[in-house]
Amino acid sequence: MTTPLLTVENLTLNYRTGGDPVQALRGVSLTARAGEVLGIVGESGCGKSTLAATLMGLAGTNAEITDGAVSFRGENILTAREETRRKLRGKHIAMVFQDPMTAFNPVLTIGAQLVDFQHNSGTPKRQRHSAARDMLDRVGIPDPDICMGRFPHELSGGMRQRAAIAAALLMQPEILIADEPTTALDVTMEAQIIHLLRNLQSDYDGAIIIVTHQLGVIAQLCDRVVVMYAGQVVEEADVDTLFHAPRHPYTKALIACDPASLSIKEKRLPTIGGRPPDLAHPPAGCAFADRCAQVEPICRTAAPPRVEIGPDHIAKCHEAWS
Amino acid sequence: MLNYAIKRIGLAIVILFTVMLSMYAMVFLVPGDPASLALGPRATPALKELLRERMGLDQPVLIQVWSFFRNAATGDLGYDVWSKRPVFDQIMEFFPNTLALGAVALGWALVLGILLGCAAVVWRGTFMDRLLGVLSVGLISIPAFVIAIYALLIFAVWLHWLPAIGAGQPGDIVSQIKAVILPAFALGIGWVGYLARLVRASMLEVMNENHIRTARAFGLPERRIVFRYALRIAIIPTIAILAVGLGSILSSAVFVETVFGRPGIGTLITGAVQKRNYPVVMGTVLFMTAFYLVVVTAADLLIARLDPRIRDVFRG
Repeated sequence: MTTPLLTVENLTLNYRTGGDPVQALRGVSLTARAGEVLGIVGESGCGKSTLAATLMGLAGTNAEITDGAVSFRGENILTAREETRRKLRGKHIAMVFQDPMTAFNPVLTIGAQLVDFQHNSGTPKRQRHSAARDMLDRVGIPDPDICMGRFPHELSGGMRQRAAIAAALLMQPEILIADEPTTALDVTMEAQIIHLLRNLQSDYDGAIIIVTHQLGVIAQLCDRVVVMYAGQVVEEADVDTLFHAPRHPYTKALIACDPASLSIKEKRLPTIGGRPPDLAHPPAGCAFADRCAQVEPICRTAAPPRVEIGPDHIAKCHEAWS
Repeated sequence: MLNYAIKRIGLAIVILFTVMLSMYAMVFLVPGDPASLALGPRATPALKELLRERMGLDQPVLIQVWSFFRNAATGDLGYDVWSKRPVFDQIMEFFPNTLALGAVALGWALVLGILLGCAAVVWRGTFMDRLLGVLSVGLISIPAFVIAIYALLIFAVWLHWLPAIGAGQPGDIVSQIKAVILPAFALGIGWVGYLARLVRASMLEVMNENHIRTARAFGLPERRIVFRYALRIAIIPTIAILAVGLGSILSSAVFVETVFGRPGIGTLITGAVQKRNYPVVMGTVLFMTAFYLVVVTAADLLIARLDPRIRDVFRG
């Protein structure tokens, strides 16, 4: 067992709104270990992107962290000074954003931005330029020298996402966070990017955190998976256990709804009925109770316990053993 | 880029010819004979005929249009029958005053407007931001000539700090600078508010874009993000508005020049209109249109230089 690089403990975050604050993260705990790919999966609005942004310290001005800690190598980065956190970004914790169309500045060349992005590295400009060029080559961009002089809109979506991955890897960060790295791409590009991430993973010794709503991406890339629902972690397991022996009804429902796992004879796509709860007023009991197939009376009144099913397998459910 | 430049310049020439044609139509198709209007009711028919001949009005209309086009293309805007001087020379005499006024007015408005706009972004949501907002709207709503009259009253009449009228002595830079301060203040103050609002709005929009978050995620210092990543994009609408706004600066200059008795294009045009001096009116309007088109085209080329996406739209 490797030591955790990044530990999130009981992270609680509210978004200030005109009315009652939206409780986007409600006591999230997880760990990311060196040499491991951690997947965070859940439907839209479950808090997974908020979590990723908070790990970078970029949760936005209307976000308020009311409890919990994010520790990088044993130090709580939430309480650190802004200047200290700024120096961590890119160099120690880097991020690949969801939409490669808008992730780059439209009026600066890819090369200029990749050189700028190494601001925290402290290396001279010439060295940054060759580092950027080599990294573009490594992520499979043909003619990296030409790409350096291109503007973002002159590249295809797949090339832009490769460039974004190259940018994130520039300073060999210990933690790489990829927020929906393939969502904005078409299927062939998605396959190529997954292939690229798998190749990079084999000679990368930091931790990779992949945030996605696609179970296929999780299955292909991750070692361990955290399932999020309504701002909470509802199940955590290694990837095989999660797909073959899920314990939380939400995880089971997600797997049942995955279009990739359906047989062709299925007449209609299964869905999870209902909607996630309003996080400005989360329910007293289990947040998934209203949509759950195995719901019991206790689910509506008491918050579900954290049940340890086995080593590294946790489910937050009253019925985890049933 | 070259292709784009050629297209923009070609478009400017087409616009210029359209303006010339419609101006010709407006001046010569309205009822009334310029020669009779100019000479008054007691002029003899022979005298009228002589003036008509001098103004080229005895020629067929198409010939008149053609020769006006041809002459204008070579810089000859015709001949003022009153002062017996070429129109172009008169414009050249008055235009530098107007240009200096417009440049000083826009210059100080631009510097202060961008600073206030950026300040409002830094202080967004605070009392200062709201105060700047109220102030800006106030400045936008007051017409330039009202400001001009009060500035004249306070700084020239009561305090005697600055001259009330004129454009200063020729060759005396200090007196020229003193003379331009009040008119430029009056002309530019509305633009301060306008530019502050514009810069604030476009900076706020750009600062919310994803690529700014990317730059933050790589730990770039906030100052570098604001000036290298945000202002470069946020300034683009400002340049476009500024170029178009030059038209309104030049038309407000007519009022401000009148209030301050400052020789310039504004006083030249008002005088010519009052005297039905058509060659001067036409020549001046044409000259100002051409000048305006040069500025707008230059602004478009500058925008294309700043934003590669716009450059590509017009490429090929």
